[in-house]
Amino acid sequence: MMPGGYWNAILRVDLDRGAHWITSTGEALARGYIGGRGFAARLLYDELVPGTDPFGPDNPVVVAPGPMTGVFMPNTGKVTFAARSPATGLYGDSNMGGHFGLAVRMAGYDALVIRGRASEPSVLVIDDGRVRLLPAGDLWGLGSFDAEVRLKEKLGEDFQVAVIGPAGENRVVFACISHDFGRQAGRTGVGAVLGSKNIKAIAVRGTRSLPVANPRRVMQVGQRLFRHIFSLPGTASWTPYGTAGVTTLINEVGALPTENFRRGTHDHWQELTGETLRRRILVRDKGCTACAIPCGKYSRARLDGTERYVEGPEYESMALLGSNLGMARLEEVAHLNWLCDQLGLDAISAGAVASFAVEAFERGLITRQDTDGRKLAFGDYESLAWLMEQIAYRRGVGDLLAGGVRHAAQALGGGSDAYAIHVKGLEVSGYEPRNTLAMLLSYMTCDIGAHHNRAWAILHDIEVGRYKVEGKAEKVIELQHLRPVYDMLCVCRFPWIEVGFGTEHYAEMLSAVTGEPVTWEHLTHLAERVWNITRLMAIRDRPGFGRADDLPPRRFYEEPVEGGPAHGHHADLADIQRLLDRYYQLRGWDENGHPKPETLERLEIGPPAFARRPAGAG
Amino acid sequence: MILQALEEECSGCLACELVCSLVLFKELNPRKAAIRIRGEFPAPGAYRIACCDQCGDCAAACPHQAIYRKASGYWIDPDKCRLPCTLCADACPRDAIFFHADVPHAIKCVSCGQCVRYCPTRALVDKDGKVENMAPVWRNAR
Ligand code: SF4
Ligand code: SF4
Repeated sequence: MMPGGYWNAILRVDLDRGAHWITSTGEALARGYIGGRGFAARLLYDELVPGTDPFGPDNPVVVAPGPMTGVFMPNTGKVTFAARSPATGLYGDSNMGGHFGLAVRMAGYDALVIRGRASEPSVLVIDDGRVRLLPAGDLWGLGSFDAEVRLKEKLGEDFQVAVIGPAGENRVVFACISHDFGRQAGRTGVGAVLGSKNIKAIAVRGTRSLPVANPRRVMQVGQRLFRHIFSLPGTASWTPYGTAGVTTLINEVGALPTENFRRGTHDHWQELTGETLRRRILVRDKGCTACAIPCGKYSRARLDGTERYVEGPEYESMALLGSNLGMARLEEVAHLNWLCDQLGLDAISAGAVASFAVEAFERGLITRQDTDGRKLAFGDYESLAWLMEQIAYRRGVGDLLAGGVRHAAQALGGGSDAYAIHVKGLEVSGYEPRNTLAMLLSYMTCDIGAHHNRAWAILHDIEVGRYKVEGKAEKVIELQHLRPVYDMLCVCRFPWIEVGFGTEHYAEMLSAVTGEPVTWEHLTHLAERVWNITRLMAIRDRPGFGRADDLPPRRFYEEPVEGGPAHGHHADLADIQRLLDRYYQLRGWDENGHPKPETLERLEIGPPAFARRPAGAG
Repeated sequence: MILQALEEECSGCLACELVCSLVLFKELNPRKAAIRIRGEFPAPGAYRIACCDQCGDCAAACPHQAIYRKASGYWIDPDKCRLPCTLCADACPRDAIFFHADVPHAIKCVSCGQCVRYCPTRALVDKDGKVENMAPVWRNAR
């Protein structure tokens, strides 16, 4: 029997044929992979045939909420978008808040799997059981905000909309998916995959009650845990500033990426704090479904007579569009943030790509001939805003940069790969890690490329010593097994990491929903399985994938950082190799980073479904 | 308890809608709630809250006497309500009467106070001061 919390229904959409149907979720997927990122990993493992072009019709886009999405318990507002990433060529996913996941669940689905390519620009409209493609010629070309407004006018306020901007249409490999005027599935370019399918937006309206096993129990547990999270001191101290509350600390420890990761401290860091945001530009606090600690800081910033509404800038945007671009004014960062959101660019990668371009300009690899005579410079809002547009529309030098820093460095040559700050083709997010080895290892081994939140280890480095090697691989793995639990359940991790809401609550929360007993240990065991499955996909999808792909950018072990508490230091390559050795050993992987047969056996992963079918079938 | 909405405090989290549907139907379904949140974005970036303050206009308008006075406010008698009449909704000055295709009667607030207790931003309050907000005060950080 299916556990509670599931519809036992996955909506399949074939855009080539304009057809849709439902397949059952099944107990094995539900119990073995829970939902969200777990579903995405297993479904892509089973259905993504190696060699599939990320922009080809056969690259499936998986949209997966989890069994907890939208339940009355603290912070249940998440949904996962996944596909083969055009940025990395590997499994890619991104997690988004807002109310989109709730709508998918209320429409009656455990997940959506979208394949093929629509014959014209279209919106996929899901209205409970009614699914159709709406021609979207009038929306194609619109910015994300404008398209969301237009679609809600057209379909109704009660539709939840996930939309791409021009960057997604133009297949910029770091194009995001936007929702609720400020929430994004930012990383790994799933927005570009939707664009390659001619899908401008997915609009969902659901009216059904969530399929939880025991609503009374959900209510009791929800009431108790809301009261508990309300009582934690962190709730009152963290919530006013949200993620940007961390800027001060990160600058202090020298990890605030500045001017393309040359430095870890920024002269104008005070412009980038949650406190400054709240004082100067805040309109209101904004939350996702059932959020007890609304971190969304919806703002209005005026710059040269133009006023922009934007959610944020949150910490990552403060770092990548702020310090890493050398910006000295919050309002300029907010406007760059608005521009990225409107164009449909992941603010993290867009900021990192722009900072790479500035450095390449300084070193003469990009010249005024490439920039319509402009000078690209850190801190220069005008030229950087111009650059974002060039990228989103793939104009001139923007076309080169639209492939991400790895691609741009390959094309530019001239040693620019030394300052192309990425791992596996995904740009490094908001922590300068060369003097914090756990954080560095976290970036190196992250399955989707250099993303911080799979294992946010920087505080551990500060606690135990930056350059200490012992125990760091253990810590990173511990964090890497914790995080997928949140992503499988589709709940927010901030209650845990920021306000001290303990991991011990989640087994109880899930079992109220499913009606089945479960333990936290079991959930982290499933997380290990997810971690190995995405590794297996990398190995099978990219011939030669292995240890070399886990190495960080050279800047982090060749160039000393300028300024800050770790001034003059960088990571040591021998330490990095030791960290990797230990990490692989603990994971049960060989020295090239490939899971050993006994590891796969222990985790009961098995062969992918496509390999079990006879060639040419289904 | 008299429900009062402080719209400028609301974060749009829908916790109120979720707990309300649990109270009224023992189900998780914001579209069956007796309170509704609507965003106005991108500008001005506001939430509007439609909720009931137990004024009784609906009861006066109901031709079937399906809305009756209880100590805590006005309740709907599902057996007497005759959809698709909807005259109560027309009479409601706060747009706080709701309908759902699967529910054979109008949906209306029973003044239970659960949404006040669990609103994380204290955007819902009891004018009578009897129901307590459980969420902490943190806004004064501004
Ligand atoms: S619970 Fe409070 S903050 Fe959340 S939507 Fe309702 S009124 Fe707004
Ligand atoms: S007081 Fe009770 S019935 Fe009325 S809106 Fe709030 S939760 Fe719903």
